[in-house]
Amino acid sequence: MNVVIECRQADYRLNDGRALVTDLSFGVESGETLVLLGRSGSGKTTTLKLINRLLEPTAGEVLVEGRPTTAWDPIRLRRRIGYVIQEVGLLPHMTVERNVGLVPALEGWEPERVRSRVRELLALVGLEADQFAKRRPHELSGGQRQHVGVARALAADPPVLLMDEPFGALDPVTRAEMQREFRSLQQRLNKTIVFVTHDVREALLLATRIALLADGRLVALHSRRDFLHAPEPEVADFVSVLKSLDEELNL
Amino acid sequence: MRGGPVNFLEFLLHNRGEALALTLEHIVLVAVAMLIAVVLGVPLGIVITRQARLRRWVLGAANVFQTVPSLALFGFLIPVPLLGGIGSRTAVVALVLYALLPVIRNTYAGIAGVDPAVIEAARGMGMTDRQLLRYVELPLALGVIMTGIRVATVISVGIATIAAAIGAGGLGTYIFRGLAMVNNQVILAGAVPAALLALVADFSLGWAEHRLKTSR
Repeated sequence: MNVVIECRQADYRLNDGRALVTDLSFGVESGETLVLLGRSGSGKTTTLKLINRLLEPTAGEVLVEGRPTTAWDPIRLRRRIGYVIQEVGLLPHMTVERNVGLVPALEGWEPERVRSRVRELLALVGLEADQFAKRRPHELSGGQRQHVGVARALAADPPVLLMDEPFGALDPVTRAEMQREFRSLQQRLNKTIVFVTHDVREALLLATRIALLADGRLVALHSRRDFLHAPEPEVADFVSVLKSLDEELNL
Repeated sequence: MRGGPVNFLEFLLHNRGEALALTLEHIVLVAVAMLIAVVLGVPLGIVITRQARLRRWVLGAANVFQTVPSLALFGFLIPVPLLGGIGSRTAVVALVLYALLPVIRNTYAGIAGVDPAVIEAARGMGMTDRQLLRYVELPLALGVIMTGIRVATVISVGIATIAAAIGAGGLGTYIFRGLAMVNNQVILAGAVPAALLALVADFSLGWAEHRLKTSR
């Protein structure tokens, strides 16, 4: 398998010396979905930002397509990586159409081509273009906004997607819907995806492999199948959350 | 002419040709000054969002001009070569110096106030610094920048009345004439139209600002 993203002993420290991630090493293979699971403040988002060079590692390196991020032109690198974030990702002053078509427009596509791409993508994420293209983000529901966010990340057909708790702010029903759709998209598009969540259920549902982070360190990395029975105590903490819910419901 | 005109409206009606010319002169003074202040102030405001070190100096200097009493500033400028002298050029320079602070400060505040998460999302999409400015920061800061321009304009309409003291004309001409004649009606003939002008500027720019804010 072809490794698309690789962290090699990557550290990220703030100027005051506080480490957000430490000695991070893992690879993401082409076409897989690696879920970064962990509690708040465990370094998941920092790891994503190291991949698209919103942050640069203070030690070690992060490689994308075999090249260290610091050797990439950051603009070129980011245009090859779709980025979906929770809530605020859409530009509030632009219509859905402009938001989705933004990266293609920046890439200099013809307006006509941008427009047809936008319609195609809105259809892909299940939004009627005639109805939604001219709306602004604040005129959409949370679920619709996330659909638009995913459509925008896919706009220039990047081989890699980074998703930072994309469904974190949604109600549980919408969330389950989005997760189902994400899985079907995954199968159709075959992107390399790094997906951040603190929800172990979501991780088990969407991942090819799950990387568990705690205090900025990678403590476990298992396939979805092996994760439930993994030996690490940190994994057991997360898995027990699932089990205790089941037990409570059975009572 | 003491005890001449009964009230300022009568005075204005009687001298409507001159009054109109002075009003126009007043508007031109303010308009030219504001144009220059915006052309200088908005880019300066943008630059100091990028250069933290410059920020203190630029805002500090703009602040200093603001604290100099306007009559004194007009006076100080008279002996300055190129910029100074008697007449409307000096007046425009003084007005620009007053208008700069609100324009610079609001441009800076507008851009600095854009949600950092939105900026990061835009960067994450692969926007260059210029694209970020053009497609994200300026559009989102526009309302705040417009407020700065409106405030500066209203201040300028008021301060421009003092321009008459250095021979730059405008509605201040009546105010200074009225003072010299100890005739309140003549003072009012300058002051009331100037106040109305300020109100009109405030209202129309406020309306434009509102349109900008709701259209996005």
